[in-house]
Amino acid sequence: MSQNHEHHHDHHQESFISKYIFSMDHKMIAKQYLITGMIMAVVAALISLLFRLQLGWPDQTFPWLESLLGDWGKGGRLDPNFYLALVTMHGTLMVFFVLTAGLSGTFSNLLIPFQIGARDMASPFMNMLSYWLFFLSSVIMLVSLFVESGPAAAGWTIYPPLSALPQAVPGSGLGMTLWLVSMTLFIASSLMGSLNYITTILNMRTVGMKMTRLPLTIWAFLTTSILGVLSFPVLLAAAVLLIFDRSFGTSFYLSDIFIAGEALNRQGGSPILFQHLFWFLGHPEVYIVLMPALGITSEVVATNARKPIFGYRAMIGSLLGISFLSFIVWGHHMFVTGMNPFLGNVFMILTLVIAVPSAVKTFNYLATLWKGNLKFTPAMLFAIGLVSLFISGGLTGIWLGNAALDINLHDTYFVVAHFHLVMGSASMFGMLAGVYHWYPKMFGKMMNAKLGYLHFWLTFAAVYLVFFPMHFMGLDGVPRRYYNFTGFEYMSEWMDLNRFISVSAILGSAAQLIFIWNFFYSIRKGKDAPVNPWNSNTLEWTTPVERIHGNWPGEIPHVHRWPYDYSRPGAPEDFIPQTVKDDELPEELRSPKVKPVPERADAPAETVVDKVLFSRFLNLFGLKKA
Amino acid sequence: MASTTALTGKKHIWDGGAEPYGASYGKLMMWFFLLSDAFTFSALLLAYAALRFSAPSWPVPDDVFASIPFVHGNHYPLVFVGIMTFILIASSVTMVLAVEAGHRGAKNEVVKWMIWTIVGGIAFLGCQAWEWTHLHHDGAWWGSNPFLNADGTPGMVNFTNLFFTITGFHGFHVFSGVLINVIVLFMTMNGVFDRRGTYETIEKVGLYWHFVDLVWVFVFTFFYLI
Repeated sequence: MSQNHEHHHDHHQESFISKYIFSMDHKMIAKQYLITGMIMAVVAALISLLFRLQLGWPDQTFPWLESLLGDWGKGGRLDPNFYLALVTMHGTLMVFFVLTAGLSGTFSNLLIPFQIGARDMASPFMNMLSYWLFFLSSVIMLVSLFVESGPAAAGWTIYPPLSALPQAVPGSGLGMTLWLVSMTLFIASSLMGSLNYITTILNMRTVGMKMTRLPLTIWAFLTTSILGVLSFPVLLAAAVLLIFDRSFGTSFYLSDIFIAGEALNRQGGSPILFQHLFWFLGHPEVYIVLMPALGITSEVVATNARKPIFGYRAMIGSLLGISFLSFIVWGHHMFVTGMNPFLGNVFMILTLVIAVPSAVKTFNYLATLWKGNLKFTPAMLFAIGLVSLFISGGLTGIWLGNAALDINLHDTYFVVAHFHLVMGSASMFGMLAGVYHWYPKMFGKMMNAKLGYLHFWLTFAAVYLVFFPMHFMGLDGVPRRYYNFTGFEYMSEWMDLNRFISVSAILGSAAQLIFIWNFFYSIRKGKDAPVNPWNSNTLEWTTPVERIHGNWPGEIPHVHRWPYDYSRPGAPEDFIPQTVKDDELPEELRSPKVKPVPERADAPAETVVDKVLFSRFLNLFGLKKA
Repeated sequence: MASTTALTGKKHIWDGGAEPYGASYGKLMMWFFLLSDAFTFSALLLAYAALRFSAPSWPVPDDVFASIPFVHGNHYPLVFVGIMTFILIASSVTMVLAVEAGHRGAKNEVVKWMIWTIVGGIAFLGCQAWEWTHLHHDGAWWGSNPFLNADGTPGMVNFTNLFFTITGFHGFHVFSGVLINVIVLFMTMNGVFDRRGTYETIEKVGLYWHFVDLVWVFVFTFFYLI
């Protein structure tokens, strides 16, 4: 540890390569993750526009598609196989490259050392390695878009047998191989990143930064990393077995397969086995995507409501609860695989239990906003937008978690609507909130707020216009992943709506150009940022705007209080940074953790009430006399 | 409650500015990595369990793994793999001795025990190579299984598929371990740890080595014993 604390003293001249390319500075690595994530997001969004074009105008030809895609867009129409490949790549890029690495990688790297008071990550070298493995994995995934047989086409969940047999679809050839290579590198990158985040948070906190004084962002990054460390290896195991099935003639996932009337010589495997292994990663992955966004929201909402976060410990508890539960609910993705109904019941009940910690978070956000002195910065708008999406997408999770309903709704647009709202858009909103909020810390400049508002309202409207109507299509039984619906009489009534969704998607994507312009323009031409633009309590705002190597010019500040002392009555300002010492404050403003517990006689009334309620609660179970 | 602890003025390891588990970040990282790797092996072994128990019948390990080098025509179940297991566990013992010598800063002893550990690792890999070659000569490989099931029906191909994949994955871990041990051996001989003032790296490498041994105990049990 001492080594890491000393190395800031050598302020040597850095070359371009060591400063911008092979940087070991957590702030630069965060920016590298962010920019790479943004590029992947643009690619994934353009891909989604291509297939929205097909879904909205299935009968029309677009001659420019042929010049853009060649044989994949022959005659100006998207090839059905390429449609599947596009859907697969959209999901893969968005889930793993944008919302896992782009979100977690950016903000864990930026905020962990800043907010816990450390000079850098525990191992800056492994941090750099983690980014470059991610970069390599991104390049390979993008390269797979250009191979002749097209990229992987078995969906982002790459279920075998489709993904296991190269002869099944064109995308299961070289495209699938590249997908697996890319994901293996991605898993290695994610493992290195997560190990670094966990050990940094545990070992490198500054003096006074107790676990119960950590900002909720850090708690979210900690639980996210633990999920990553424990769930990605299972995907690795699944991928290893899949690679053997594809290339070495094994049959782990294959049995009784006929292709063109010919039986394959593959016996004894089970495609359901893959689904179990995949979803053991896949479900925690949902929370790997979502929890950093929730952590960012906690921080942004409390700062901009100028109020302490409501239920700090309950927020930590709900993060831990969600993390634990996320490991034992994977079966709810598999209700239609013919699992034993009893097992389905178990998974259903466990799934519905997740609603409890999720509701704790939602209500705590609402309670924090309640009667707050709200500052509607762009970050705040996106954070509130996340709460909205978390509610509207989360409620349908209760439907889908119900095994009996899910058998009807499985693989329909209802599912598409659900996860795009609660996991896709909500996490994206968290990421955007984070960018707007910590942009001054990353670049020392302010983003243009007016463009931020415009960006928010267009995005917010587009998200609901695109995804909300899909619920109704799903309830009517319109299946996902279909190339077109013109061959089905009963779906023809959804044609107009499909076109409407496509138009909204195009407009919503165009609105992102505002953000991209604002982002890059402000790096050079933005207003200079003050040290603490949002009057925030956390440690990163005590570092100089110039973002020096080692973060703090002198000693690392010590921490004397939790990060949510906003609007304390009697305080000179409406915020008390974590670095303010207790003896600089009047008695009533001191950190409650060091205040002696009052004697029983002069205990405040609410403590007594709590005690009575608690003993009554125990009495319910016959544990204690009231 | 909280107040009493704060007022006693005792140093609190979780209060920041300290290493709560008394372990450096590197050692902590190794522990979390091993936890992660344990999940990989668990997933593979659970896949094995799922496939084996859904199969109508399965070859008998005692009939498959019954040979030892240079001894022909006899049936010696478990003997050769017993030797392999003994070698690997013995190499764990020498690793413990290397770590212990590292605590005392006794460079020459560390070098000695690291060499023995590496020898053990290479011996284990050699045994595995011989066994694979032997099975391959009998016609066993990924995608082909010459051994009959217990009920006399043609053998389930996933028996060999799983055997080669999972023991191969474990063997790859042993191989990486040997490589790391060699690197650390050279670092010891060059006095890197004396200059650092700590032999903690030996301890971290030792954790990995013991983990790989522990995994072998499970692989051994599930493939050779039952």
